[in-house]
Amino acid sequence: MKIIDAAHVFFDYVRRDENDNIEEVSHALSDLSLSIEKGSFVCVLGHNGSGKSTFAKLLNGLNIPREGTVLVAGMDTRQEDKLLQIRETAGMVFQNPDNQIIANVVEEDVGFGPENIGVPTEEIWRRVEASLSAVGMLAYRLKSPNRLSGGQKQRVAIAGVMAMKPACIVLDEPTAMLDPNGRKDVMRTVHELNRREGITIVHITHYMEEAVEADRIIVMDQGRPVMDGTPREIFSRVEELKALSLCVPQVTELAYELRKAGMPISQGILTREELVKELCPLLRASGHEGNTYAKRTR
Amino acid sequence: MLRDITIGQYYPVDSVIHRLDPRVKLAGTMVFLISLFVTSKLPAYLLATGVLFGLIRLSRVPFRFITKGLKAIMILLVISVSFNLFLTTGTPIFRIGFLQITWEGISLAVFMGVRLIYLVLASSLMTLTTTPNQLTDGLEKGLGFLNRFSVPVHEIAMMMSIALRFIPILIEETDKIMKAQTARGADFESGNLIQKAKAMVPLLVPLFLSAFRRAADLAMAMEARCYHGGAGRTKMKPLHYEKRDKNAYLLMAVYFALMAASRFLPF
Repeated sequence: MKIIDAAHVFFDYVRRDENDNIEEVSHALSDLSLSIEKGSFVCVLGHNGSGKSTFAKLLNGLNIPREGTVLVAGMDTRQEDKLLQIRETAGMVFQNPDNQIIANVVEEDVGFGPENIGVPTEEIWRRVEASLSAVGMLAYRLKSPNRLSGGQKQRVAIAGVMAMKPACIVLDEPTAMLDPNGRKDVMRTVHELNRREGITIVHITHYMEEAVEADRIIVMDQGRPVMDGTPREIFSRVEELKALSLCVPQVTELAYELRKAGMPISQGILTREELVKELCPLLRASGHEGNTYAKRTR
Repeated sequence: MLRDITIGQYYPVDSVIHRLDPRVKLAGTMVFLISLFVTSKLPAYLLATGVLFGLIRLSRVPFRFITKGLKAIMILLVISVSFNLFLTTGTPIFRIGFLQITWEGISLAVFMGVRLIYLVLASSLMTLTTTPNQLTDGLEKGLGFLNRFSVPVHEIAMMMSIALRFIPILIEETDKIMKAQTARGADFESGNLIQKAKAMVPLLVPLFLSAFRRAADLAMAMEARCYHGGAGRTKMKPLHYEKRDKNAYLLMAVYFALMAASRFLPF
């Protein structure tokens, strides 16, 4: 079942001068068509200005397409009377954790969304507790967001979306401002929500390591998807990615270079374990003692 | 120096004061502030002092947190106290040039100083024991009757609470910008008051820029979380008066009556 279905979407940013005359039009999205299956974990990659953030904001009616339609769980984002329902279905987490937390106490912030959609008081409390424990932040419920680390703040923001019981969460570079530990925490949380609660995740990022763990990767360039497939498929096409000024995970790059240098290594290596498995027989065949390395890493 | 403003910094402990209905605390703060200005009798001020410090003890907020707010009004305090001290006519004690210190001046200056200090202490106590959201809720419900005169009470309350939430963030940002500019040779420390004020001007542009950017981000985040004004909104923490709130109102009335009555004391 499709939760998101975008067909032939065009979206422009129009800059106007003081007299409301059009000064400049940039086509952020042009003829974008894609759909996302319910329960999947999708990563959207692309360099700056490729339209990935614009795409994210289409999914909950923050951006309305100039042409084409975006259906979220069957609802057209153009229908204004459905807008609240759409935003309830597709929650959104933004890049800067400070700029999306409204309240001064963690639990009050998580309750903000349910309050807006008119959930009864007792049910709000239940949801706040459930979503805070789902992201592992229940112990911090009475703390001030200013006293949390970036990763913790971002998990609170995720809990705030969870409390609206969304079917889909769109994350717009949620890890861009975090340190490596915070990044790991947020990614673990998002994966758990996907696995345990079956929530569809649309994760926009430019960290390739995060994309490796997705079910599907969409690479965007100049306002439309140019590559679409599983991580293994996408990361086998190293040359194409590089042409789009994107990099590949370190291990993949190493495997690719070795392969180019003539070593018989299969395409689309994604993890260190896979590379080890490929390399050991080669080393043994060439007479080197490859076992010690293999033992140590396992 | 910029971190000293405590307004909008909730201090999370559990106390009677924390648990009071925000409407009670708002009304109480107002009553306390007004009571300081209805009288200038010494016994009344002793009572006010006793009440204020008693409440601070009850709130379990460390005293140094409450006095932090004072540093921010230090200049105002010095100016208003010295104006009262030097420019009040009456029985002179001594004079230096055209400045003279009078008995009336001293007493006025002391009262003015005490009033200002208590004013800040009382409002700091309120903001330290009430989360901005509770404060907003209190204002929204307490002033809800203004809706009939088409005053956008909910919107104003929401704006206030967001402003409070962003004060510490913007302060941190100012600090960061200051450090970045200091690193490139800007000087905020030396010079007289005017030079220091001038040095602050280049801070404003980046600060405002980032504040606007934050505002746009926040508006989008709020929209994404289905915010659409006060209509059809439920409350996670709805307000209803408990017994302790009614008692608090009663005590407030008694206190105010005593303060007002002190006007009729013969000394």
